[in-house]
Amino acid sequence: MSEKITGAQALIKSLLCEGVDLVFGYPGGAIMPVYDALYDYTDRLKHILVRHEQGATHAAQGYARATGRVGVVIVTSGPGATNVITGLSDALMDSTPMVVITGQVSSSMLGSDAFQETDVVGIVHPVTKWAVQIRRAEDIPAAVARAFYIAGNGRPGPVVLDLAKDAQVGLTEWNYRKCNYIRSYLPVPEINAGEIADAARMLDMAERPMILAGHGVLISGAEKELAEVAEKGDIPVAATLLGLSSMPSDHPLYKGMLGLHGNLGPNYNTNRADVILAVGMRFDDRVTADLSSYARSAKIIHIDIDPSEFNKNVRADLAINADAREALAMLAPRLSKKKRTAWLDSFDRCHAVEQNRVIEPEIHPSGEQMKMGEVIDKVTEAFGNMAIGVTDVGQNQMFAARYFRYRLPNSFLTSGGLGTMGFGLPAAIGAKMGCPDREVVLFVGDGGLQMTIQEFGTIMEYGTAVKIVLLNNRFLGNVRQWQQLFFNSRFSQTPMLNPDFVAIAAAYGIKGENVDSREQLAGAIARMRDSREAYLLNVSIESEDMIFPMIPLGAPVDRMMLNPDEYFSIEEL
Amino acid sequence: MKLFTISVFSENNVGVLNQVTIIFTRRCINIESISASKTSIPGVHKFTLTAYSTREQMEKVVKQIEKRIDVIRAFLYDDDEIFYQEVALYKVPTRNLLHEQRLEEIIRRHNARILDITPEYTILEKTGHEDETVALFEQLKRYDILQFVRSGRVVVTKSPIEHVTNYIEQQARLHPEESND
Repeated sequence: MSEKITGAQALIKSLLCEGVDLVFGYPGGAIMPVYDALYDYTDRLKHILVRHEQGATHAAQGYARATGRVGVVIVTSGPGATNVITGLSDALMDSTPMVVITGQVSSSMLGSDAFQETDVVGIVHPVTKWAVQIRRAEDIPAAVARAFYIAGNGRPGPVVLDLAKDAQVGLTEWNYRKCNYIRSYLPVPEINAGEIADAARMLDMAERPMILAGHGVLISGAEKELAEVAEKGDIPVAATLLGLSSMPSDHPLYKGMLGLHGNLGPNYNTNRADVILAVGMRFDDRVTADLSSYARSAKIIHIDIDPSEFNKNVRADLAINADAREALAMLAPRLSKKKRTAWLDSFDRCHAVEQNRVIEPEIHPSGEQMKMGEVIDKVTEAFGNMAIGVTDVGQNQMFAARYFRYRLPNSFLTSGGLGTMGFGLPAAIGAKMGCPDREVVLFVGDGGLQMTIQEFGTIMEYGTAVKIVLLNNRFLGNVRQWQQLFFNSRFSQTPMLNPDFVAIAAAYGIKGENVDSREQLAGAIARMRDSREAYLLNVSIESEDMIFPMIPLGAPVDRMMLNPDEYFSIEEL
Repeated sequence: MKLFTISVFSENNVGVLNQVTIIFTRRCINIESISASKTSIPGVHKFTLTAYSTREQMEKVVKQIEKRIDVIRAFLYDDDEIFYQEVALYKVPTRNLLHEQRLEEIIRRHNARILDITPEYTILEKTGHEDETVALFEQLKRYDILQFVRSGRVVVTKSPIEHVTNYIEQQARLHPEESND
């Protein structure tokens, strides 16, 4: 019989068996046995001490999204656990694999309102893919194995393991078996060849087909297969916010982003297409705008690994329950080679209008003050379009989605479904730790940065070389924009008195500079790019800068505002 | 809006019921009745819920239920796709019941049973559909019902195909080394 080890040791060994070498966390009373066990393994398992548990979850998300691996978080019970709820919810919405280990009071004290006791499993069920409480040391290895299997397979998502203190200190024999099967959960559906043949036929017969590429393309690693399908059928591709970088931004068939602040061509042509192939996307309301008029002339082929997405928002004419890569790999050889010049031209004509009316004034503004678009355009160029772009939420996010460019997949990380302000800084830290050889650039607003600014401490402690572009307009800009457009310019609680961000960064040993005029911009970006350490650019942005195009609330997807006063009209084409 | 029945087959893990009910709560759908028990398949539990909603909404709810890891399968039924029963118990003061001497008629007409008679009260039991158990309730009202309780539905399908049993057997064949019992 092998020697017994504690549950806490079993947890650490289980994590190592799952190939984990980096965890984000914060210690506390109910998780102390785990931290004590960790002390002996710091050579193999690096622990990143964040400055707030929410930061740990977003860092794990950034790590997971950049690397495709499961992000791991360890926190204590009670407030430690409740502080991870935002990250769990964000990870569930954005299909991010994450295993969160929470401490819990001893099982004998459960339900007694013990110090730092919270009903974690009860709270997290709605925001997790799976959650379980463990009360015995011997249950830990199997629970960890199951957690990683669930988090990382099928449609990825967050999992919580709530570890009672007695399970951490109890003794168990050590025996680890990876999980590769759960009777009640078959993550990868069996692909139906007949459905793929039907899809090929529908696309072949289409005159105006269009591909909507979602996050599922990136999750399944289907970038090559997506390009093959698009190129074979000469089919234009548009990406959702989370699907950005599933195709290089300069690919001739890549036509831009869908949705609220997406590009004219993809949105306008959604209602002109006759067949839409939607891959690994969920027809979010920010993509569809008004549902009743959405894609009315199109037959819809919907490929998703999660069958609950079918007919949830948009009714599919052909629903294919499959892994995106498998489905696209099967589809490509069945497609006929086509040329669709006229249809593709219609996207380019839309783009010409957008370039002229929206993009050009944004990236080469005539006014004295800087705009977000021009800053992002110059930053992405300075990094040769090879960096990983991370955003916070708001105007900074939408401008980055529109103006940041990439050549590699998984190069744009943002909080899409939940729209979590404060996501950006910790997510950028996690992404950089996961991909130390890539440049990671964060675009963040003055509001969002202050929501998780404590993670400057994490950057300081671990020397994480994230490049931070603070697009500082001294306003909660996105809300301000809506107030100006739809609430009679009543700027209720959106102007902000800001601190000296460069001084705060300096207090944490982070280099930075203020960029107050356009003349300083190029030099400052170059210094930031060339820095081997973290670097902050506090860029002063025109407060009135607004993100366009924009589909107003309740309008059809093809009714886009070009500026506060004008809508895009077909006559411009 | 009409009444739908949802059957959920799950692993016997703590918290599955919570995972199922929060899907209704989130959409503000009231659960009309619920019953839960072991099934004939070792380790598999069954929940039967009823709720008023639209078919479209309920189809989405069922998919969300099935999405939970611990849930094996979930099914949506109209009343004409299932055989279903509820049990109702009625506690009535014995002297009121005997006063009119209509007890035999009531028992016969409603096909009810008497479980117990004491000098103070009589317990009647009625198995049937909701309208039937309510009909007896209405009849007994005049005798001052002390307590009335009705179970959730129990349901078997009219379909000749046993989806869950087939699935479990198929999985057991494919994965003989795994035992969920």
